[in-house]
Amino acid sequence: MKLKSLSIAAMLAAAGLASVATTAFAQAKEQFFPVLSYRTGAYAPNGVPWANGYVDYLKLTNARGGVNGVKLSFEECETGYATDRGVECYERLKGKNGGATVFHPLSTGITFALTEKAPGDKIPIITAGYGRSESTDGNVFKWNFPLTGTYWDAADILLQHISKKEGGWDKLKGKKIALIYHDSPYGKEPIPLLVERSKMHGFDLAQIPVTHPGVEQKAAWLQIRQNRPDYVLLWGWGVMNSTSLKEAVATGYPRDKMYGVWWAAAEPDVKDVGDGAKGYNGLALQHGAEPNAAVVKEVLTKLHGKGQGTGPKEEVGSVLYMRGLSQAMLGVEGVRRAQERYGKGKVMTGEQTRWGLENLALDQKKLDALGFAGVMRPISTSCADHRGATWARVHTWDGAKWNFSSDWYEADQAVIKPMIKAAADKYAAEKKIERRTPADCQS
Amino acid sequence: MFYRENGQFKTSYRADQQIFPIAQDRIAILALIAVAFVAVPLLADEYLMRAIFIPFLILALAALGLNILVGYCGQISLGTGAFMAVGAYAAYNFTVRIDGMPLIVALLLGGLCAAVVGVLFGIPSLRIKGLYLAVATLAAQFFCDWAFLRIKWFTNDSASGSVNVSNLSVFGWTIDTPYDKYLFCLGVVTVFALLAKNLVRSHVGREWMAIRDMDVAAAVIGIRPVYAKLTAFAVSSFIVGVAGALWGFVHLGAWEPAAFSIDRSFQLLFMIIIGGLGSIMGSFFGAAFIVVLPIFLNQALPALGSLVGLNIGTAFVSHAEFMIFGALIVFFLIVEPHGLARLWSIGKEKLRLWPFPH
Amino acid sequence: MGFFIETTIGGLMSGMLYSLVALGFVLIFKASGVFNFAQGAMVLFAALAMARFAEWFPALLGFDSKLLANLLAFAAALAVMVAVAWLIERLVLGKLVNQEGITLLMATLGITYFLDGFGQTLFGSDIYKIDIGLPKDPLFLLESVFQGGVLVNKEDLFAAAIAAALVIALSIFFQFTGTGRALRAVADDHQAAQSIGIPLSRVWVIVWSVAGFTALVAGIIWGSKLGVQFSLSLLALKALPVVILGGLTSVPGAIIGGLILGVGEKLSEVFLGPHIGGGIEIWFGYVLVLFVLLVRPQGLFGEKIIDRV
Repeated sequence: MKLKSLSIAAMLAAAGLASVATTAFAQAKEQFFPVLSYRTGAYAPNGVPWANGYVDYLKLTNARGGVNGVKLSFEECETGYATDRGVECYERLKGKNGGATVFHPLSTGITFALTEKAPGDKIPIITAGYGRSESTDGNVFKWNFPLTGTYWDAADILLQHISKKEGGWDKLKGKKIALIYHDSPYGKEPIPLLVERSKMHGFDLAQIPVTHPGVEQKAAWLQIRQNRPDYVLLWGWGVMNSTSLKEAVATGYPRDKMYGVWWAAAEPDVKDVGDGAKGYNGLALQHGAEPNAAVVKEVLTKLHGKGQGTGPKEEVGSVLYMRGLSQAMLGVEGVRRAQERYGKGKVMTGEQTRWGLENLALDQKKLDALGFAGVMRPISTSCADHRGATWARVHTWDGAKWNFSSDWYEADQAVIKPMIKAAADKYAAEKKIERRTPADCQS
Repeated sequence: MFYRENGQFKTSYRADQQIFPIAQDRIAILALIAVAFVAVPLLADEYLMRAIFIPFLILALAALGLNILVGYCGQISLGTGAFMAVGAYAAYNFTVRIDGMPLIVALLLGGLCAAVVGVLFGIPSLRIKGLYLAVATLAAQFFCDWAFLRIKWFTNDSASGSVNVSNLSVFGWTIDTPYDKYLFCLGVVTVFALLAKNLVRSHVGREWMAIRDMDVAAAVIGIRPVYAKLTAFAVSSFIVGVAGALWGFVHLGAWEPAAFSIDRSFQLLFMIIIGGLGSIMGSFFGAAFIVVLPIFLNQALPALGSLVGLNIGTAFVSHAEFMIFGALIVFFLIVEPHGLARLWSIGKEKLRLWPFPH
Repeated sequence: MGFFIETTIGGLMSGMLYSLVALGFVLIFKASGVFNFAQGAMVLFAALAMARFAEWFPALLGFDSKLLANLLAFAAALAVMVAVAWLIERLVLGKLVNQEGITLLMATLGITYFLDGFGQTLFGSDIYKIDIGLPKDPLFLLESVFQGGVLVNKEDLFAAAIAAALVIALSIFFQFTGTGRALRAVADDHQAAQSIGIPLSRVWVIVWSVAGFTALVAGIIWGSKLGVQFSLSLLALKALPVVILGGLTSVPGAIIGGLILGVGEKLSEVFLGPHIGGGIEIWFGYVLVLFVLLVRPQGLFGEKIIDRV
């Protein structure tokens, strides 16, 4: 007993000491990119390829010589898609290695929490393809960057595609559309736009929430079977997606009438449903599965060929891998743009990177040079528009791979813009923030 | 040799009944409070404050509340996360809907709402016991999870279901730096710990402990189980509600219902089991252990790995955290089922005799 | 009307599936008085073992037959679960003899965390497939009577049949074999059983192994339905109300409790849910159990709790 209690006491003392002696502040000559990822838990199947793509792009940038000679350093932190762990990772990594350059929470819940903290710490947050839709308005949300699109854009594009299939917006009148969504801020984001459009065009919108983690969907799909909607929009993440498809198979709902958002249309979602998911459609956030892209070939030769790749080689080029890859590219390009103003070859602070992200001017030539020809379209941000682009396509699973099945769409800003302004104004009023002045925009 | 009470004579009942009758104890506690209020803010850096001390304080408060219910009154409750959520959302609604609501009043009102909900979900304890009660309290957990997701009124009609608070201030002192937050939480926790300690030494506390030890016998000698159990639920939920409000307001700033999920309930239960059931100090020990452990593992495991030449990814660290956590819990239960507080008391007893063996 | 029947049948099926998990709880509680919170983690661990072995054996041993792969994987997974049972008994339960219920409960919670982490470390955290040839497409009955027919999930039918077979097998085991009698004796009174020479630790290993076998069957069926992934361990939370409703010590109670809860949940979600926003499945089950407990504090078929002073 004595030895045991002594050993317990020693362990505790060591624990206390070790945790105190950890934060070492190093003035680095490297640009530090924290990676908030989740490789465990119910959302791991989707989080892992994204994280692998993100880290691989950072490694690739170093292999290409860094950003004008400045090498990137990075560190992963496991958030498990939980808001408080995400906040903890943020706190731990924001001051490391000379200061975090940019955060990419990969979770709408964590985004909401970090939106409160980032302005105080002066670190920009990229929420490419997720996050708060109203953060497009850079005049209120100075530090949030929902690059390449938000959920209102996604919902709008899906409706555009559906209306095109039906033969026009007026043909939507009387149709039934069901939204199966993850019961969290992520899943609820598109609802305001869908409700707005349902009023405009007269279609019936059914909202069916699925509780985290989303494996209990039998009742939801029985309801769908009863309602017999013409289309089902899937707003799931993690294991919820494949469960939805399996339940669709089990209740006999035609998969070709199902449309998933760009986070619900990737290989992990359909792989183990296999043939059952044939015909399932999803949004492709500019890129889809791109096994032939130039940047993919570069990653395979420069990284995986030398045994330095993150994750398995077979994953390179898959949808979520490309998502991580392209989103890391956005952060790196933000740094590069900031260097154009603040000094090439110097390490950029969070504030400077923010300016860079706000003044992104990625034309097709630059994107092609980076290896994204045919994969990404031009992105150009400004003070008022932190989103930069709203291009997307629809791709369909044929049982073995994703194939593009539509033209490029752009979200219709006529409906979305006033919604953004209203929501941003509400936020500004709540937080007592003034809209940015034009002078502030120039700085 | 040092920890003797020779020469300390009590000349009044009041002196005899004080919480720390031995002078060395009093000095130690005052020193600890002085260190906590003065030395820690001066010496610790911001990261330590944000990542360790503030969560530690708030979770210790919640563990304190849970310990009153489980440790002192013997009613197993797995719905603590729900009561924290009620406290947080109630305080949020009071702050947002009533202009100029002071922070402390909002926190206390949040606690009161949590107490009401706690009593409501505590009513089954009059009929159900033991494991069955634990599962019944899970009903509270899941119901509250759902209510805060679905009923828009609670989240002030926010489209996403996520709420946030900012601009905290108490009597003109704005609480925005981590040091301010730490001092505020420390103040709240000190006050509540003192209140709780006195409560469990009082008549009500003895009733709770009688119910815990033998509830049928307690009823036979005249202790009303209704009164005892429901007050336990009420007090416990009040404290847990205030802790939940602090967690949302001070630590997170912006939160959604998932912040108070069943994992939080299990975490608090672990804290009090490891810390020691039925002990105020045990709640603090348990909270410290559970808060520090993941952070320690996060730093130590990759470091250990690099010593051996392995590149340990975050996934493995996360899994290892789970494994070590589980193994440690089992280890503690085998070695000392009464928790760290018992180890502490054994230590003190040995200290009384030191340097003599017996 | 057809839709009501459909929902009820769906509820009965999913109820049977919950009972599969609940059986493990009941078995262990019956024989050792321990409420095994780790049952969910055991289901996940068993399912992961089965899924990964079925993947690895063909690759390692170089054959193609899916049936052989599944059989070998099943045997291997069963061996793994028996090993886990033995280890738990040696390292945890044996050292915690005579402790209070809450201590044992917490120990099983610790085992849950350990198995969760260990399983994912050994086998990975992706979604893995278990394919035992269960049909996935739906069956539509009575299409002439009801428009669109009544939907019956073929996979669930098979699962329900397997669950029923398992229950019958377990009942026969408990009633008619010597080991079963020994288990019942231990459940009645540990000390008395020990005094007549029943080896307690061996009995516990057997019980945990049988529970592990149940977990494996449950894991295979749920894994075949949903894919094997971390969220399987959360099934324990859905099986808990089943156990409590049926009574902690009753095997038929687990089945009946499962059926009641399955039907109650699905009916409430489909008919009541849309009016209050949906997503009420999970707490409805618990609230239902709460109300039943208020009337019968020991569950429907459980032993009456007698408190002596």
